[in-house]
Amino acid sequence: MNLEDLSDITEEVAEAAKSRRHCVRVCMAASCQSCGSGEVLEGLQAQAKQNADDDVCIKPVGCMGLCSAGPLVSVDSDQPATELLYQDVTADDTEELYRSLDDDPLERLRCRTDVPFFSRQQKIVLRNSGIIDPEQIDDYIAAGGYRSLMRAVTEMTREDVLREVKESGLRGRGGGGYPAGLKWATVAMAPEPHKYVICNADEGDPGAFMDRAVLESDPHRVLEGMALAGYAVGAEHAYIYIRAEYPLAVERLKTAIKQATKKGLLGRRICETAHSFEVEVRLGAGAFVCGEETALMASIEGQRGQPRPRPPYPAEEGLWKCPTLINNVETLANIPAIVGKGGAWFKSIGTERSTGTKVFALAGRIANSGLIEVPMGIPLGEIVNEIGGGIPDGRRFKAVQTGGPSGGCLPEQYLDMPVEYDTLRSAGSIMGSGGMIVMDETSSMVDVARYFMEFCMDESCGKCVPCRAGTVQLYGLLDKIADGEATPSDLELLEELCDVVQATSLCGLGQTAPNPVLSTLRYFRHEYEEKLRPESERMPRMQIVTLDD
Amino acid sequence: MTHPPVASNPGPKVRVVTLKIDDHDVGARETDSILEIAHANGIRIPALCYLDGLSTWGACRLCMVEIEGVSKPVSACSTTASEGMKITTNSERLKRYRRMILELLFAERNHVCSVCVSNGHCELQDLAAECGMDHVRVPYRNATYNIDSSHDLFRVDHNRCVVCTRCVRVCDEIEGAHTWDVMGRGVNCQVITDLNQPWGDSQSCTSCGKCVQVCPTGALVKKGTAAGEMEKHDDFVPYLAQMRKRQ
Amino acid sequence: MLMERQNTERRAAPTPPDDDKRWKIVNVTMRRNGYSGHALIETLHKVQDCFGYLEDRSLRYVAMSLGLPLSKVYGVATFYHLFTLKPQGKHTCVICTGTACYIKGSRELSTAIEDRYSVKPGQTTKGNELSVLSARCIGSCGLAPTVVLDGKVLGQLTAAELIDEIEEVV
Repeated sequence: MNLEDLSDITEEVAEAAKSRRHCVRVCMAASCQSCGSGEVLEGLQAQAKQNADDDVCIKPVGCMGLCSAGPLVSVDSDQPATELLYQDVTADDTEELYRSLDDDPLERLRCRTDVPFFSRQQKIVLRNSGIIDPEQIDDYIAAGGYRSLMRAVTEMTREDVLREVKESGLRGRGGGGYPAGLKWATVAMAPEPHKYVICNADEGDPGAFMDRAVLESDPHRVLEGMALAGYAVGAEHAYIYIRAEYPLAVERLKTAIKQATKKGLLGRRICETAHSFEVEVRLGAGAFVCGEETALMASIEGQRGQPRPRPPYPAEEGLWKCPTLINNVETLANIPAIVGKGGAWFKSIGTERSTGTKVFALAGRIANSGLIEVPMGIPLGEIVNEIGGGIPDGRRFKAVQTGGPSGGCLPEQYLDMPVEYDTLRSAGSIMGSGGMIVMDETSSMVDVARYFMEFCMDESCGKCVPCRAGTVQLYGLLDKIADGEATPSDLELLEELCDVVQATSLCGLGQTAPNPVLSTLRYFRHEYEEKLRPESERMPRMQIVTLDD
Repeated sequence: MTHPPVASNPGPKVRVVTLKIDDHDVGARETDSILEIAHANGIRIPALCYLDGLSTWGACRLCMVEIEGVSKPVSACSTTASEGMKITTNSERLKRYRRMILELLFAERNHVCSVCVSNGHCELQDLAAECGMDHVRVPYRNATYNIDSSHDLFRVDHNRCVVCTRCVRVCDEIEGAHTWDVMGRGVNCQVITDLNQPWGDSQSCTSCGKCVQVCPTGALVKKGTAAGEMEKHDDFVPYLAQMRKRQ
Repeated sequence: MLMERQNTERRAAPTPPDDDKRWKIVNVTMRRNGYSGHALIETLHKVQDCFGYLEDRSLRYVAMSLGLPLSKVYGVATFYHLFTLKPQGKHTCVICTGTACYIKGSRELSTAIEDRYSVKPGQTTKGNELSVLSARCIGSCGLAPTVVLDGKVLGQLTAAELIDEIEEVV
């Protein structure tokens, strides 16, 4: 495969598109599928067959974003900002919908697209999402795919690629926000001959489904990003570690790897060069802690997913003690665009210290739940109230939770704050992987803190004492407070324990487990205090250790 | 896809560095951990899962120390020395952390010292005394754990286990049997023999007793010992580790 | 790793626990990975796909085939929540406990099931009719609260609706 072949495919696909009367796209990402988009797709295909219309294309595509209105169907649009979009389509609607193709739009099912949810987004990672068929590599190639990889391995040096990534200012999208360029450079400089690239697709935060949508909607983008990473750092082998809870994403990824290998874009001697890049899929098995990079590597090696102390960092000593580059799905999905359009272009989007765009998964008490991609630095309130459409049922906004179990809850006064790595951190939360859960006045913040602590307790690997035994105690204390059984001294103990667990735990899971408690204590302390009893009503208890013989 | 290469150890030249631990100037090889350096220089840092001769596990978090210029404390067993490091091993903050970690351990399982065969010879008990942990503020979990007496010579009492994995490591790294491992996760972690079957039924166990000798508490003991009688000796471990390396 | 493979080749291949044809599928997975120890999790996935759960004799066979200690295999099998060492009921109901579902009332769903069938997530009813499980976010947050009943995702459910749905299949 060379550049010419890519152009040929692009032309063929464009030619086929021109000869079509209509192209109807049906979202076949997991969320829409679970509301029955499969039947809608079949219904529409049956209609086309029945009418013997071979110039009408019914296309299964990836996520269109507005998951709460699914199943979604778009008509005649190959741009992210589609004009004619139908929502809540059922199998019964397909006949009427099909008839309307050559007629006026079917107003009854129409979803407005001139609203902020669509107009305020800026798509890089989700550029092809909802437009191309994720199971057709030609669709991705026709949308400009694999050009960056082809150009990189044939025209650019490793240093050139590295320079663009550094220049872009891209920071890790998995949560930590570590500059991707620095990580890449460390691995690239390592003298060892064997190196690995790992794509972290173990998206574990509850309420986060960005990576899944990317993998289900545009798997080749991630593969291209990985191959570019492999070229830049000098690695010929790669793993994608993905949750087994995402069967559809796993399947599409495996299909994509097969297709790309067949076309010579992955595998041995890619793009007719001396460079090889082989990708293998590894399944997780239900352990949140495997999102932590050292635990993830242990899991790939077939071990219990327990983290080990860092340093040494994976970039120096990673998988099988070889230098290893680990990046998350969204980070890698940004790479083809960065290499294709240049680091300077990427840097021009977003803010100075947080460049580019970020994909967020909106959920909870919000009108428009779904997936959005917005430039970094957008005010939090714009996401919640405009793009997200505000709080339904006439209720009041209370807080937005970012960063999952490692993040925090931000109250109303932060709605003006621009969303960036550093601003979120200083407000007591983190960017995290991009889950945003909106809460209204009916949510009790003590309950929310307890919920996340229960999560961390269940997901603690059990290796280090503060996390294993500390999260259990923190959960117990939060439970006691929520049940109105606690006294002020329990609250003091809660704070002290938070400090210990945060400061002494071995890995990120334990170190950040207290964050939801600390942030709710910071902004909603009164909710805790309201639940306390006076010290005089303390439950008596016996717990004295004797150290004498 | 090819499989990972055999790690080669070229054996680079090791540099010697000087650093400061609690106002003592000490010299050390840059591959040594802070804990090893401290112990070699007679500076005591509390530790529970660490044992000279076994691989570093880094899980008890009692050996946390502060390094000047680093905001968070680090575990001394897993952090190597570098030139000019200034280390504090015993600040008020670290003492507080250690006490709380010990409290968490005492409350996690059922450490009833007075009836324990290791009473008086128990590293957990000694650490509590050393760190001034004289009472436990967090509630005891009071979960019941099994006692397995099926082995002819030894007994395992999970009520006393702190999941330090010394038994797992000594069995794997020194004896080479890998009879022990850890099952479950989080607070439900427990050491097991073979397929979580009675120790006495284990086909891989050689009854060498190394696990019993390295166990810091009364979790692994010789049968037939009465309260306070179980004394342990783990000084054979560094020697055996060295002998293993020479092979 | 190369050495490991040579060792495996020298070892006589263990015989499967019985002549069930599904062991062949398991063997293919192990062979494709060169009978290397790092294929353990992949192999356990395959065994569970084939047999529904991981029984002791399966673990023993996998351990022997991959040349791994028994305790290590047991440790890995019990570390990951998707692996189960007990047979599952005829029907399964997975309650999503992700944040969006939690905010929208997944607790009420599990309470309703507990009241009606006396089983908590992770348990199976007497007579092996229904296994109730919980999942950490199935990623259908737009439909919260969600459950997966025998592989079918049901969204925006009330407790009463869920019980009706279960009654229909059980």
